[in-house]
Amino acid sequence: MTDVVMRIDDLTVTFGGLTALSGLDMEIRKAEIVGLIGPNGAGKTTAFNTVTGIVKPERGTITFQGRDITGWKTPHIARTGIARTFQNIRLYDDLTVVENVMVAGHASISYSFLEALIGWGRFARDERQIRESAEYLLELMGLIDMARDKADSLPYGSQRKLEVARALALNPSLLLLDEPVAGMNPIETREFGELVVRLLDDFNLAIALIEHDMGFVMDVCHKIRVIDHGFPIAWGTPDEIRHDERVIAAYLGKE
Amino acid sequence: METTIPSTKAHVTRDRLLAAVAVGVFLVFLWYADNHFSAYSIRILNNIAIFIILAASYNLINGVTGQFSLEPNAFVAVGAYTSAILTLSPQEKLASFIIEPMVWPLSVISVSFPVSLLAAGLVTAVMALLMAVPVFRVRGDYLAIVTLGFGEVIQVVANNIVSVTNGPLGLKGLTPHTNLWWSWGICIVTIFCIVRLVNSSYGRAMKAVREDETAAQAMGIDAFRIKTLAFTFSAFFEGVAGGLLAHLITTISPTLFTFLLTFHLLIIIVVGGLGSTTGAVIAAAVFTFGSEFLRVVEEPFSLYGFDYAGIPGMRMVILSMMLVVVMLFARRGIMGRSEFSWQWLFETAARVRRRIRSD
Repeated sequence: MTDVVMRIDDLTVTFGGLTALSGLDMEIRKAEIVGLIGPNGAGKTTAFNTVTGIVKPERGTITFQGRDITGWKTPHIARTGIARTFQNIRLYDDLTVVENVMVAGHASISYSFLEALIGWGRFARDERQIRESAEYLLELMGLIDMARDKADSLPYGSQRKLEVARALALNPSLLLLDEPVAGMNPIETREFGELVVRLLDDFNLAIALIEHDMGFVMDVCHKIRVIDHGFPIAWGTPDEIRHDERVIAAYLGKE
Repeated sequence: METTIPSTKAHVTRDRLLAAVAVGVFLVFLWYADNHFSAYSIRILNNIAIFIILAASYNLINGVTGQFSLEPNAFVAVGAYTSAILTLSPQEKLASFIIEPMVWPLSVISVSFPVSLLAAGLVTAVMALLMAVPVFRVRGDYLAIVTLGFGEVIQVVANNIVSVTNGPLGLKGLTPHTNLWWSWGICIVTIFCIVRLVNSSYGRAMKAVREDETAAQAMGIDAFRIKTLAFTFSAFFEGVAGGLLAHLITTISPTLFTFLLTFHLLIIIVVGGLGSTTGAVIAAAVFTFGSEFLRVVEEPFSLYGFDYAGIPGMRMVILSMMLVVVMLFARRGIMGRSEFSWQWLFETAARVRRRIRSD
């Protein structure tokens, strides 16, 4: 039980009278990839938004590395070690690729804005460190040649990778990927799957991901949580999920 | 012309050297201007420096951080009054406060010009901080409304707290401390500070908040703190500029700090390119010089037998038309979001040289 990175208990979210998520339970362990799947509007992104503090839950707790982070503010949660990507890519379009990644380094700087004006001491050291780690991540993602380009000039697939690089720059323990391979072709999807698995080991991570591409989910995930209309309906390994009757019913409808 | 973080150590050293040389050359120019230019030209140069300070700091909150605000006239007023109240001698205060005598501690305080400028900056920054805390707790364009309202409130306050501001009579007979050295010295320091801040992690965080606040928060950036920092930082320099302005025109009254000043600066930073400090500097210089130059259209003249009567207020019409033209044909202004860099200058020079050689 000690290697549990995040635990969600009885998470319930309502928007006005609409229940978006009801009683979600799940657990993510270290070096594990957990998939969150379900039909459109099932509440998957709401779950991510709640974990990252963008949406406040009605009920339930989120425990991250033994700490109850329910109701914390988004930047605080990010600094604690949960990084994410967005369903509809949200880069800082007008900043360069390398700057996009360097932004995440702001969480780790030790100098004050007054030291930035003078430029001595910690400023130079921190800036060099942020730049080097950003360049390392871009190298890893195969984006280093585009480091000086504006983020919005990148092709779609590269923008997705840049979002992952930016998230990794936070040095997280848990990475949330919201539909990371949406819009990618089968070859790109396979490569991305390999990348995700590699990241898991290299960065000592746990990953939770939302995805509609079932082939991808079944390939890379260790555990899968299925939700439908806000209700959790199944939890298990890809094999178990594939044969779960409630899941089949949710996706294909009952006879 | 990208907003590059310098690529190599050699480049950094070269750029610093060139910047120092450029500042040196400029100081020589100032020395020459100080000794040979007419009082009118020197006045324009002082105005340019003050407007560059205002535009560059206004751009920090509006352009770099992307928080639409309308505060400069209010903050300039606060800075101008603070520094003027502090530099006037007790005798002068006694003489000019004829409606109501000045309240006690202020009536005897008299400090040197630089100290009063620093105080002007700090008082303005505190005002900004007090405004930022409620405004930035919520999302949305509340800042524009609050700052617009604050500008009006300041005028009412200046008119009515007679024992501090001398009410509608204003403060007269300030010593004309502001000269080319003070105005341009502070201008250079301001640009230096703003450029350093924008090129630090704090500046990247500000841009990230501008580009996508949710994504910035998700990367651990506390948008509230970053916006507050940008707003307070620009308020400080706007307050200092107010102090400079007060000691340039030597008479200040509540009617001096109307919304027109903010509107003027808004045109400047939009034409310069929202988000570009270089653009703000260029546009401030061009506009301040241009609006002096355009005085001819308000005065009668005759050209080839055609008599022109001169229309008062015509300058503002022309400046507004320029804004419309920029909005229609060059939305991103003169500089877009790019900044000047020596590297860009060298590359452009090399390109031009190649072009000439190949012809």
